[in-house]
Amino acid sequence: MITLENVSLGYDHQPVLSGVNLDASPGTMIGLIGPNGSGKSTLIKGINKVLNMFAGNVTIDGRDLKTLDRGELARLIATVPQNPVLPPAFTAFEVVLMGRTPHLGFLRYEGRKDMLVAWQTMKATKTESLADRRVGELSAGERQRLIIVRALTQEAKAILLDEPTANLDINHQVEILNLVKGLCRKQGLTVIAALHDLNLAAQYCNSLIMLNGKHVYARGTPQEVLTPQNIREVYGAEVYVIPHPMNQLPTTLAITGNGHDDFANSVFAQGDTDEAA
Amino acid sequence: MEHTPSASLDKAGESRVLSYLQRKGKIYALIGLSVALLAVVVFATTLGSVHIPFGTCFKVLLSRLPFLTIDSTWPDIFNTIVIDIRLPRILLAGLVGAALSVAGATYQGLFRNPLADPYLLGVAQGAGLGATVAFLIPFSLQWMSFGTTPLFAFIGAMCAVAGVYSLARVGRTLPSTTLILAGVALGAFLSSVTSYLMTVSGEELHEIVFWLLGGLSLTKWSETAVVLPCVIAGTFVIWLYARPLNVMQLDEEQAQQLGVNVERVKIILLATAMLITSAAVCFTGHIGFVGIIIPHAVRLIWGRPSRDRPEGLSRLG
Repeated sequence: MITLENVSLGYDHQPVLSGVNLDASPGTMIGLIGPNGSGKSTLIKGINKVLNMFAGNVTIDGRDLKTLDRGELARLIATVPQNPVLPPAFTAFEVVLMGRTPHLGFLRYEGRKDMLVAWQTMKATKTESLADRRVGELSAGERQRLIIVRALTQEAKAILLDEPTANLDINHQVEILNLVKGLCRKQGLTVIAALHDLNLAAQYCNSLIMLNGKHVYARGTPQEVLTPQNIREVYGAEVYVIPHPMNQLPTTLAITGNGHDDFANSVFAQGDTDEAA
Repeated sequence: MEHTPSASLDKAGESRVLSYLQRKGKIYALIGLSVALLAVVVFATTLGSVHIPFGTCFKVLLSRLPFLTIDSTWPDIFNTIVIDIRLPRILLAGLVGAALSVAGATYQGLFRNPLADPYLLGVAQGAGLGATVAFLIPFSLQWMSFGTTPLFAFIGAMCAVAGVYSLARVGRTLPSTTLILAGVALGAFLSSVTSYLMTVSGEELHEIVFWLLGGLSLTKWSETAVVLPCVIAGTFVIWLYARPLNVMQLDEEQAQQLGVNVERVKIILLATAMLITSAAVCFTGHIGFVGIIIPHAVRLIWGRPSRDRPEGLSRLG
């Protein structure tokens, strides 16, 4: 569905990422992980053509990204941006309805079918109670869910999520990712998600791509990528990685001082050794 | 994906879809405003230094409609006053009001800033400088039915548009911030040149100031006939792009992700808004306030930004 070959991209001739390869097939969920500034959002902006690539090829649904116009691209790929601006006077339903934009011709306005799709997506995501609220009155988490609902209303074949769970409570994190994952499994939706929560990434993604220093540092299954060594190297953090009690997927626990000074000191003094305790 | 529209709707969803599909309230408001506009036009023809009763005015206007024969019971001079002097002024006032309102609403939408007005990008200052130059040059030009002043004002406005565009362009894009900066900077520069010319203008000063303040007293039918198609065509183009403009109320990145060709829409809307602004300003000088306040008034009545608004017409009549 989405293929990247040797892609380089960045801002103003200053590359943020180079030599990135990626292959996302329908029904898979790929997680982009890496520290702040490692290029997760940049890569997403490259795939949806907000940024122009310096080099490399992107193929979407068998077509070269360069030959797709914005409307065609928006029917193939929906995006949930990281810090979206929403005009406070719009109602939530109107914002969701904007997801139908790529399906409307030049002179057409939203018809019955578009309203149905918007309303049913809101019901499926349990956001219908927000419909008549003005966006300015919503909390950050509610706005975040609204943007995800809007992206689903686009009915695209793939969805790009940039930190979709950043402002959400744990129940909403799980709810949204369950929904996306369900669509991914049942309808073959292709999902690429930039995530900073390594545990959610491990739980939901089929494969992970770890970015660091303008390059792909590691890629593979969550078990292969989320090792204490990789995390120390890329994030500079000491962690335990243990299997999740329910499904054995890797679960990362930060090693905190937790107020016990001797313990913290011993950890930081040891620096690079593998066994922290 | 999963949502099939054939599925049945619950009550809440049904009523929502219906209320969005039937924009009845809006249609009534439109009709009401159109009637109000007509009434204002007729009423305005009765105002003036020569007193003409309302009924007579109405009859004079009606007598000009085809298929109606009304016996003339009034002096001929009333015909001249109502049809040739007052009516073109009133119509031009309405048109200029409409043009400035539509342009103001477009700028406010594009820049996502409620303080934007049609003079933001230096168009009016360009027109002002052009007109000032026209007053100062010793000869006069005539092209079609235009005098020197509107012609020079239009040239000035177009030069300002070209200047702002070339200053603000970054590669193939037109970022809003540089656009506003370029417009404000060029506008300030042009008005300072105008001020300088005014200080050295001597006898012409009075005329220049009078023009810059704005007014309709020189209006003839020929001018209304020029402004009318410009404003109608411009309003139509902007109306066509009302939907993308609505989506652009989100940030530009989201609009792109929703399939809107942001740069193209921006250039088309800006060019159109500038064109109708200059068409309006060339004949009447700087009429302020309308372009910024009418869009807000319409938003209060309509409740929603960026839809069609012939409402602006009714204000200046």
